[in-house]
Amino acid sequence: MSVALRMSDVHKRFGRVQIIRGVSLDITQGERHAIIGPNGAGKSTLFNLISGRLAVSSGRIELADKNITGLSPFEIKRRGLSRSFQVTNIFPRLSVFENVRCSLQWSEGWRYSFWRLADAIPELRRKAELVIDEIGLTGRSSTPAGVLTYAEQRALEIGITIAGDTSVILLDEPMAGMSLVETQHALELIRRISSNRTLLMIEHDMNVVFDLADRISVLVYGKIIATGTPAEIRSNDRVREAYLGTKVADVASS
Amino acid sequence: MVWAGCALVLLIIPLAPTSGFALSLSSQMAIAAVFALSYNMLLGQTGLLSFGHAVFMGIGGFVAIHVLRSVNAGEWQLPLILLPLIGALGGACFGLVFGWFATRRSSTAFAMITLGFGELVYASAFIFVDLYGGEQGITADRTLAPKILGLEFASQLQVYYLIMSWAFIAAVLIFIIGRTPLGRVALATRDNAERVAFIGYNPNRVRFLMFVLSTFFAGMAGSLFAIDYEIVTYGSLGLSASAQVLMMAFIGGSSTFVGPIVGAILITGLQVLLGQYTDLWILYLGVLFAIVIRFAPDGLAGLIAKECASWRLNHIRGRSVLIGLRTIAAVIAAIGFVTLLELASRAKTASVGGAVLRVWGTHVDVMSPWPWLFAGICFLMGLISLRFVHLAAARRMSVADVNGEPK
Repeated sequence: MSVALRMSDVHKRFGRVQIIRGVSLDITQGERHAIIGPNGAGKSTLFNLISGRLAVSSGRIELADKNITGLSPFEIKRRGLSRSFQVTNIFPRLSVFENVRCSLQWSEGWRYSFWRLADAIPELRRKAELVIDEIGLTGRSSTPAGVLTYAEQRALEIGITIAGDTSVILLDEPMAGMSLVETQHALELIRRISSNRTLLMIEHDMNVVFDLADRISVLVYGKIIATGTPAEIRSNDRVREAYLGTKVADVASS
Repeated sequence: MVWAGCALVLLIIPLAPTSGFALSLSSQMAIAAVFALSYNMLLGQTGLLSFGHAVFMGIGGFVAIHVLRSVNAGEWQLPLILLPLIGALGGACFGLVFGWFATRRSSTAFAMITLGFGELVYASAFIFVDLYGGEQGITADRTLAPKILGLEFASQLQVYYLIMSWAFIAAVLIFIIGRTPLGRVALATRDNAERVAFIGYNPNRVRFLMFVLSTFFAGMAGSLFAIDYEIVTYGSLGLSASAQVLMMAFIGGSSTFVGPIVGAILITGLQVLLGQYTDLWILYLGVLFAIVIRFAPDGLAGLIAKECASWRLNHIRGRSVLIGLRTIAAVIAAIGFVTLLELASRAKTASVGGAVLRVWGTHVDVMSPWPWLFAGICFLMGLISLRFVHLAAARRMSVADVNGEPK
């Protein structure tokens, strides 16, 4: 199996504060990989480093064996990695359809084109409708994104992320703030969209993590203390210690 | 359909028994509309607030007038109807250079850069007198150019059609650009520039391209101005011209396509028509601007669109009565306010014999207290009834809520 995403000794400092302290991790092509860890462990920072939102202090990040360290977010996206955000980050005044279509434009090759009407490109419309259908917002296509319900906005957040064929997707707490029913829907959605992609996700809901992930990495104080299958993580002493008998232990004993 | 209708209206306006004044007024409005539309490509479509957009209209105007002079002198051969293209390219070339560094910033920083740049170019007009023509400006003769179809543009009617044709083309193009992939992603950049970077677009590049396109049309507006007036002065580059186009876009409504056109027509109309009767027109413009910003942040076009939408969706009984009452109260308040201001302005010049205010043929003595009292009462009554109507409406709404009636 080839490596889809590789981090080698990645560090991030804010001034004198070390947030990420030497993360090395290989994500295999096609796997579903979850990152868990207590609050403030640096999970979101790690995502920001991978997706180019923040610059690494040192270390190297490779996407499909090509160096992407220091590239800007749009260059990384063009190379095939896209991400969602923990705090919903959509285009509030555009309709659901426009949100998704804009996210498709680049990979469909329309780029900065200003000589062709977007409505006159059937391929864009068709693909956008496919994505909207996939995230279950078909009936809401013309609704401004800003007035969607919270769960719908979270679905759109994922829709924007998966639109435009990227092989690696990063989901930052896709289930945050969802009810039990909504979480079930979102779980099915993520399972579907990750069937032909490499998935790296941050999630606090341990049921979701242990249900969905092929492998799990535990990040504590900027370091990965364990990586392995759900079963290995359950029985790992250092993980139990880090969580001090909280969620992981609960799931492990259930 | 809508476009064809507009074209038809523009075509038949001159058939009405109108004066040359009406023709030149509508030409002015069309030029302002192109300028305002080009401005709104930045403000409404890309979310960029510029305080220096008049620079590009001015540059377009100066390029056009200099080219026209060369044509006059027989150095170049260029039919007049193609001059707006040259001016537009001039504006865009300048936009290319300036936009290259201005669009690396957005929001406040961008606004400040445009402000500084606008002042810089304005100030440079006093240094490069040959280019800008100093106080007198640069003049040229539009009739001394190679003729196509025998059009020599000596009559206002021919100029009207020339300006309207280009204005129409510009409006269609701007409309289309807003609906291309670039135009769509510009809207996305306005909404959330950060996320745009994560869907594969460089937000700075989006801003840059929209900026250059917008300066193209600003330059076109400038050359239409040059053709219409046959003179361009450095005043057209200044901050007040930039502020005016900002007001056009805001008052008309920057979130709709027609908004800037509405604003351009309204403000040009105010300026030209009111300007004949009072020196205070710019003050009225300011008050109107403040009122729109406060009570109709989406501008007049946005307000109308919203009213139409709520008309269709949730019909409150007596809504039209409510709007009627509001309008009457607002008109009364406005009459009082305007009368007060005009009285005050006359009173100031009373010592030099301007103590008479002419209203509909009657002469009002500014020195007597009665007109002041009348105006004051008018103003207050208007405001009080506005407040009253507002409270009544609010009560009605809340009653409707309690009863579970559809709003």
